[in-house]
Amino acid sequence: MARAIPMRRRLLFTVLGWVTGLFLFFPILWTILTSFKTEGTAIASPPIFLFFDWTLENYWEVQSRSDYLRHFLNSVTISFGSTLIGLLVAIPAAWAMAFAPPRRTKDILMWMLSTKMLPPVGVLVPIYLLFRDWHLLDTRIGLVIVLTLINLPIIVWMLYTYFKEIPGDILEAARMDGASLGKEIVYVLAPMAVPGIASTILLNIILAWNEAFWTLNLTAADAAPLTAFIASYSSPEGLFWAKLSAASTLAIAPILILGWFSQRQLVRGLTFGAVK
Amino acid sequence: MTTLHTRSAARFMMTPAVMLLLAWMIVPLVMTVYFSFLRYNLLMPGTEEAVGFENYSYFLTDPAFKTALLNTLLLVAGVLLITVIGGIFLALLLDQPFFGQGIVRLLVIAPFLVMPTVSALVWKNMLMHPVNGLFAWVAKSFGAQPIDWLAVLPLLSVILIVAWQWLPFATLILLTALQSLDEEQREAAGMDGAGPISMFFYIVLPHLARAITVVVLIETIFLLSVFAEILVTTNGGPGYESTNLAYLVYALALLQFDVGGASAGGIIAVILANIVAFFLIRMIGRNLET
Repeated sequence: MARAIPMRRRLLFTVLGWVTGLFLFFPILWTILTSFKTEGTAIASPPIFLFFDWTLENYWEVQSRSDYLRHFLNSVTISFGSTLIGLLVAIPAAWAMAFAPPRRTKDILMWMLSTKMLPPVGVLVPIYLLFRDWHLLDTRIGLVIVLTLINLPIIVWMLYTYFKEIPGDILEAARMDGASLGKEIVYVLAPMAVPGIASTILLNIILAWNEAFWTLNLTAADAAPLTAFIASYSSPEGLFWAKLSAASTLAIAPILILGWFSQRQLVRGLTFGAVK
Repeated sequence: MTTLHTRSAARFMMTPAVMLLLAWMIVPLVMTVYFSFLRYNLLMPGTEEAVGFENYSYFLTDPAFKTALLNTLLLVAGVLLITVIGGIFLALLLDQPFFGQGIVRLLVIAPFLVMPTVSALVWKNMLMHPVNGLFAWVAKSFGAQPIDWLAVLPLLSVILIVAWQWLPFATLILLTALQSLDEEQREAAGMDGAGPISMFFYIVLPHLARAITVVVLIETIFLLSVFAEILVTTNGGPGYESTNLAYLVYALALLQFDVGGASAGGIIAVILANIVAFFLIRMIGRNLET
């Protein structure tokens, strides 16, 4: 039954909603606007909001001066690599736990969750030293390994809650009809599992892309992804606001778009299925 | 239905994930514990020796530890306060039908998707900068003296930045919970003459209680380890004014190369996080049964 909403009330909330939304979004909007300014107008006081000479110069500068593309590709490699390996390991595990749960499945799930709660500083020292000895510091492969491991519990959990929703009866029906295990997986399970796997991939790429503890501590120059590259603007010499804004806009744009498509999955993944 | 065969196959399928996580959790943690009982500085190789609990007593009696612990708690509490209260308001607002609701929701969610180093630097430079920042301009146009946020109120500044990042998380979860509220229950209460305020306190808030607990617990886990935001804005300073436990351990390990001391600090951070994790795990576990 639809509620009848008086027009005045609706208009009031429209204004209220938009003002709040724009207020919270403002720092991002400001970053995007600043990225099109010259360094001079970027620090102008009073600030210039819209009426300035729009320029793309910062975007070219960021690329030519600091090889932005390399850091971007590092981010892509690290987030996609860790997601892919994580999936390869997690899909069988989540599958087994959802469809043929061994005893103590619940305990194993809870234990996996608990590894996610280990504060990274608790293992910073040994990981740093091991990486130094194994020559993994400042390498993409090193970061892929670490990010795979820190996000593995979330991947397993998310897949598990999605697989759990696939009705077991369908499997039985397929088996009755004489489907082999291989056929069962390809024709029955896979199509139903695809949406869950896709959302898991999305969430995990977002998390890996934005991860900023290990990426900052384990990289220097070669393997630095965007998180670490942007952090280099924190030094006092790096106070080029327009360039910082251009680099930032490029760094957050892909994830903003991905994230906007996967709001619901975000809730589900980040609460380990506690809120759906 | 599951046969012995599928059971052993299942165990086989789970093995890689379990082994990897086991290795990831046990090996470094055991090493951290081991290092925490050594005098071990990377600048003085070859001088390692067992010192018992010396690192712990040194770390725990260091005045920096007390400040960092307090800062950690203030940071967690401050961000929780802002995000939970703000999140309830935002969720209630976004639950109302209005024009362009979908777009507004996207705008509200956006800060959560911005990488920590970007949000911290944007706030530090473009908003909080005492001369050219936007806040300074706002203050000046009201005739007030601009504040040098990161120098004068470093911890509060970090709290504001982190709260801005986490507000969407609280909002999203509370909104999801709000949308599962039974419409009929609300209508019945309305017919019984409940006004908006008593409706909120007797119907909506109790319904949100579980979601609020989830928000508090999960945010706490992440907020105990806030790091990048501090690194790029204040570097923990001035002094130790915005140093939290995570940053203190980082500084000991990678700036002072004191492996033993940093390990002891790391173990203390682990113990602190475990206290919170205990409650969170119990809660999610209860959910798993139903």
